[in-house]
Amino acid sequence: MSAPGTRAVVAALLRKDLRIELRNFESVPAMALFSVTTFVLFHFGLQRDTLSGDLAAGVLWVTLLFAAVLGINRLFVADAEQGGFDAFLLSPADRGALALAKALALLGYMLVLELVAVPAFALLLLGPPIGQALPGLVLVLVLGDLGVAVIGTLVGALAVRSRARDLLGPLLSLPLLVPVVLGAALATKPLLSTPVGGLPLRWLGTLAAYDLVFALIAFALFDFLLED
Amino acid sequence: MSDPAIELSSLTRRYGERLALADVSLTLAPGQTLAVLGPNGAGKSTLLRLLATLLRPHGGLARVLGHALPEQAWAVRGRIGLLGHEPLLYRELSARENLAFHAALHGVAVARAEELLAAVAMERRGNEPLRTLSRGMVQRVAVCRALLHDPELLLLDEPRANLDPAAGELVEPLIGRGSGRTRVIVSHDPAGALAESDLVLGLVRGRVALLAPAGELDAAALGELYR
Repeated sequence: MSAPGTRAVVAALLRKDLRIELRNFESVPAMALFSVTTFVLFHFGLQRDTLSGDLAAGVLWVTLLFAAVLGINRLFVADAEQGGFDAFLLSPADRGALALAKALALLGYMLVLELVAVPAFALLLLGPPIGQALPGLVLVLVLGDLGVAVIGTLVGALAVRSRARDLLGPLLSLPLLVPVVLGAALATKPLLSTPVGGLPLRWLGTLAAYDLVFALIAFALFDFLLED
Repeated sequence: MSDPAIELSSLTRRYGERLALADVSLTLAPGQTLAVLGPNGAGKSTLLRLLATLLRPHGGLARVLGHALPEQAWAVRGRIGLLGHEPLLYRELSARENLAFHAALHGVAVARAEELLAAVAMERRGNEPLRTLSRGMVQRVAVCRALLHDPELLLLDEPRANLDPAAGELVEPLIGRGSGRTRVIVSHDPAGALAESDLVLGLVRGRVALLAPAGELDAAALGELYR
């Protein structure tokens, strides 16, 4: 029997993850609720009606980062608790397919989260109108999300096999995600300023390079993380 | 003469400092059945997970279906069917969704899943989430999952657990002696194990306490393993 095609395996893994999420609502609603609640708390905690520039960018990205950690912690839980890891390891499927499918699932969760979180942020905290900044902001969000997806997949696979996964997930992911938050916040700052500035290509390039480096690390290490 | 299906020489596995399996050596020919017996914690499930390539040996040699483990584990995966204590199925998905997922992992047509669901009389409940089914029904779906890719070697850990007599009869042609596959069966039923095996391995605290052809043993002798 020949090994199944990687594309078919990735599609099956993604379909399975999305079905489970749609039936459980365990990850994305928690992430969205967390981000909206945090914006409300910032609204009162900072005692400011509106934010702009570096403060707005920082509040947005730190909130998205912590919301992402909720998703990262749950990314492999169904597989670990219900034997999905063993079933996958017993199959001849390419190990990289699992990494790719999980990264795509997390990327999807982040994009859905941002469909809720960014309008909530604009409504509750943002001073400058978001319309003009939106095309650039979408680009920064996607690059930031790619970094979160790749690092989250790597850390999630590592943490889920430990009994202390709820501690290990944030402990490992937050330091690795600092450069993503830094690059994304610096790239977002001019977009949330008045007047709206241009996209800082230097920071976009840094963000893209960081994503690429971690994608290569994930590709090299993921097999090893799955083994006994 | 064909290669042995399983060839173990001084196979050893530890969990930290604790020896879970020590110096296990045996040979099993293709098409034969090995029964593994022993009290709780004897290392039976560890042996099954080693053969399934899910654990790496810490000592000794293991060849499964002609390939050395763990170096050639990739050549064995997809040729083994594991039916353990856990069904390896997602509770939120239906039997059909679970089997379609596993079919994709093994590159098997979904029609095979329908064929197996019918064989275990689960086709009418096949669209219900597994969390709504009884343990016996989930075990029947797990049998389908283990056989989906038509494995040459079946690793069975108390395969009839949770099955009522009627369900036991349904799965018999699939995982019983008549299936024609090489099988390793972990069991706590000495008489049943003797009836359906060619070779019996008794483990106590990870060590081989007994290894003999089934024809040379009786159930009373096997009962000694549990004292």
